[in-house]
This record gives sequence, structure tokens and C-alpha cells, in this order.
Amino acid sequence: MSVLVYIENTEGSFKKSVFEVISYAKATAALLNTSLTAISIGNVDSSELESIGEYGVSKVLTVDNEQLKTFNNQAYASIITQAVQKEGADVIVFSNSFSGKGLAPRVAAKLEAAYAGNVISLPEVKNNGLTVKRNVFSGKAFAYTELTAVKKVIAINPNSFELRPNRESVSIEEFSADINQSDFSSLVKEIIRATDKVSLTDAEIVVSAGRGLKGPENWNMIEELAEVLGAATACSKPVSDSGWRPHEEHVGQTGITVSPNLYIAIGISGAIQHLAGVSASKTIVVINKDSEAPFFKVADYGIVGDAFEIVPKLIQAIKDYKSK
Amino acid sequence: MKILVCISNVPDTTTKIAFTNDNATFNSAGVQYILNPYDEIALAKAIEICEGGKGTVTVINVGESTTDPTIRKALATGADEAVRVNASPRDAWFVANQLANYAKDKSFDLILTGRESIDYNGTQVASLLGELLNIPSVSISKKIDVQDGTATIEREIEGGKEILSIPLPLVLGTAEGVAEPKIPNMRGIMSARTKPLEVIEAIEVPVLSAIEKYESPSPRGAVTLISAEEPDKLIELLHSQARVI
Repeated sequence: MSVLVYIENTEGSFKKSVFEVISYAKATAALLNTSLTAISIGNVDSSELESIGEYGVSKVLTVDNEQLKTFNNQAYASIITQAVQKEGADVIVFSNSFSGKGLAPRVAAKLEAAYAGNVISLPEVKNNGLTVKRNVFSGKAFAYTELTAVKKVIAINPNSFELRPNRESVSIEEFSADINQSDFSSLVKEIIRATDKVSLTDAEIVVSAGRGLKGPENWNMIEELAEVLGAATACSKPVSDSGWRPHEEHVGQTGITVSPNLYIAIGISGAIQHLAGVSASKTIVVINKDSEAPFFKVADYGIVGDAFEIVPKLIQAIKDYKSK
Repeated sequence: MKILVCISNVPDTTTKIAFTNDNATFNSAGVQYILNPYDEIALAKAIEICEGGKGTVTVINVGESTTDPTIRKALATGADEAVRVNASPRDAWFVANQLANYAKDKSFDLILTGRESIDYNGTQVASLLGELLNIPSVSISKKIDVQDGTATIEREIEGGKEILSIPLPLVLGTAEGVAEPKIPNMRGIMSARTKPLEVIEAIEVPVLSAIEKYESPSPRGAVTLISAEEPDKLIELLHSQARVI
């Protein structure tokens, strides 16, 4: 009956989105009047594991060996499934991170569990099971999905659930899961991570720009604005199609759906496909020299004018504000 | 080289999404359906790998006869043959089980599908299919190279990428950048009419979940405009009013 939460580590530490998932799992366990256990796989030291006690986890299972230091969805899915059996868990919670997306459905398949990804709020308990609200149609709508199978797997979006401090002391238990060598045919050859960049899917603030910037050589001011705000950078589809910015920055219906607290759109007109990808943003700021740009219709704040004049002034205003 | 490409039929990207039946059903009246954009990428990659007689590309779709035009388009683009499992694609679990049931005894070297469909964004099928067939899967691949029975994949991670080396067979979900979608030419369109399109029956799959109802996002209020001469006012409002910085 209990809840199991998978806590993903990034090079041995837990990011904010992991504490969000823990808060969600703890609140779900409370709704179901049951207990919460966490499971961590890979090399995480005990002080980092103890930090999850801040958000209400009192027990964490840990599994580590040489082979498990890098992510492997087959091996991790086998281990998590064994933990589900051991703990008698019926609800398994994941972050809808890039790794989570490749892992949670495999766990669901092993358990023949109901699966819902892109979940953005706590479940509702109903007669037949749990109902969760999730994003569909690439940000254009929501769906309430009823999970009726006995076992349920839920993957929640980063930045969609608040942190809920709830301190408990954590007991760390080494879990000796059976390891199948046949799970390890996939080898990680290299991991390339730009550690100074904010990841777009996790970002609380996003600075995005479009064709109004006229060319890739003009992106310095966008990167600087992002830097002073601690923001991730993003772009519209024509910009990534032209190769001005990498595909990972493309926000829209056929790109990333973001859910930051603040989305600043510079020189983007606001085609319906782009708007789909940003609709979950809490606050939208639009800067465009065309007052008729469709984006202004969904903006909370707007400035009509030349981005090349406005953005440098904004950068200075933020620097002044931050120095106070 | 035998490649299976799993395709789905989705509302086109300009569609204004609406619901009927008291928000219980997607309103498909007047909606144009297209081949899922990420599946177009998967198809283009499969065709590229098999170019010059190096292999065959089979496309498979779970759908009713209304998806036949989309399947023919995939054949026109360069797939060699097609299969349609005659059933409404109820959900990802249902679809993955149909695909696994078809693929399980056919020895495909590679199974490609788009990372997600733009209607339900599940990002599930590649992973479910891998698990059902007991082979590796990468749900979001940014780059794919196949040489001598091994695939070298770039998998997307937060702030970067992982380079993986995986022996065939495996399932890959394709993201933007894997290949440029191909546009069918006249010859392709003509030959599509005679390429095989086999219709097969669906198997029973248990229902694990169901969409109860939908909801459209609430419209935002009117925009607060700030003068271009005073951008610092924006910072002030973002701090004190919106509370986002």
C-alpha cells in the first residue's frame, strides 16, 4: 500500500526538482494514509542522503556498485521493481526528468502498473483509484487521468510542485537487490554537461528569443540577460531550424514545453505552436517592436519597442537592482 | 538491416484544441491529421540507414482506416511496407502491446519511433516497447549512428548529453536533430499506392488507466504595458507584483 519515491542523483547530489518530487510523494502518502520510502541508485554519500529528511523521508534504500554509477534504465528498472515488492508499494513516484522519462515507463511495464507522466498536481483519491492532472496537447490542455490498475506510477514535471519542509530523521538501508548482467548491454561512453548552464526543463526563469534578433551573432545580450537573472536560454522554432541556436533550446509544440515562474520572450511574434510550449509559465513578459504581435495577447507584461535598445537597459536595471 | 518505424496520426500543430461531451472527448470535427512530427524524423532516419539497398523499412501504426492516408504518406516518403493494427489507439500501453505483439517474432535490428506524440506527450512507447521485448531503449535520442551491429546514441540529459554504445536490437525514441524529415517526391507518391499495407487484428490488452475529462487552460488577464523608455519599471513590477525575481 505504501508510496515509493525514486530519487535521481546528478553526479552524487540531489537537485531542487528531486526535493519537489519528495514533497509530492510525501503529500501523496499522507493522502493515502500510508508510509513513504525513497530509493537511491548510484554513488551518493550519506550526508547527501540524509538531506532528504528535510522533506519528510524517514527511510531510504540505497543500492550502489561500480556498474550502477552511471544511469542504465534496464538495470535501474529491475532494482526499483524489487524495491516495490520489498516495500509493498502501490504508488511509485518519479521526476519527469530526461532519465525519469526513460525509466518510469519500464518500471510501469514490469509491474503492469498504470502510468501517468507530465503530472502537475497531487492526485485525487477516488473509488477506483487515483486521478492525476497532467499536461496534454503539448501545453494546450490538461487531462484528468484515472489510474485504475492496482499499481500506479506517476512522473511529475519539474517546477510544478512546491517544496514542503517536513523534517524527519532518515534511516539509510543498504538494499541488496539482485543484479542481472543481461541488463547491462548498454554502455555509457561519455557524459558531457555544461555545469554553468541552467537546464531549460528545470528552469525557474527562461529568457527566449526569436527571429526578431535577426541573426545568431546578436545573441550575446540574450545570454547576458539570462546570466544576470540566473535563467536558462530558449528560442523559437525558426531560430533552431536555421541553426542559430541548438535544438534543445526550441520551445513549442514540437519542442520543449516549459513551466518556469518567468518567461521572457524577445523578438518572438507568438505563433500558436510556440504559445503551446509556454502556456504553463506563471508570468510571461513580451518584448517586441510590433504592437500587433499575437504574443501580447497572452502576456502578463509587455514592452513595445526595439529589443536592441530595451534588452541592454533591462540588463543594467537588473544589475542595479541586484546590487542594492 | 530490418527497421521498424512506429508512427502515429495526430492533430496538426495549428489545431485549436477543443472538447465536447462535457469535456470528456477531444473534438476532432474539422481537425486536420498529420504524421506525428517526431515520427517523421524517425522515418527519415530509418530510410537514411537503409539507403542503397542496405535494408528494409517497415512502418506500423495502430489506428482505424482513417489513418491510411498518413500510412500511405510514410510509404511515399520511402518506407518499403506498412502494417496497420486495426484498432483505435486507446492509450500508450495498448499501442505498445500491439507493437510488441507484431514485432516479437520478426527479428527487427532496430525499432524507431518519435520521442513522443504531440497530442498526449507520453514519451512512453519507446520505453514500454523496449521492456515488453526485453531489449534496451533510449527514450530521447538526439543523434544516432549505426555501425556493425552497434548503435552509438546521444541521449539528452539536463544541461548536456550522454554518449551511449548499445548493441542491436534496441528501441530508440527520436528527437529533433536526428534527421531532417523527408518530403515525398512524385515517384514516391506513385509507388506508395502499390506498396503493401497489411491490416492485422488487435490483441486484447487490459485497461490500466483512462482519461476522465479534459480542461482548457484559463485565459490570462490583459497585458500590463511598460514604456520602452522605462524598462526598470518592469523589474520593479516583476519583483513586487509578480514576485518572480
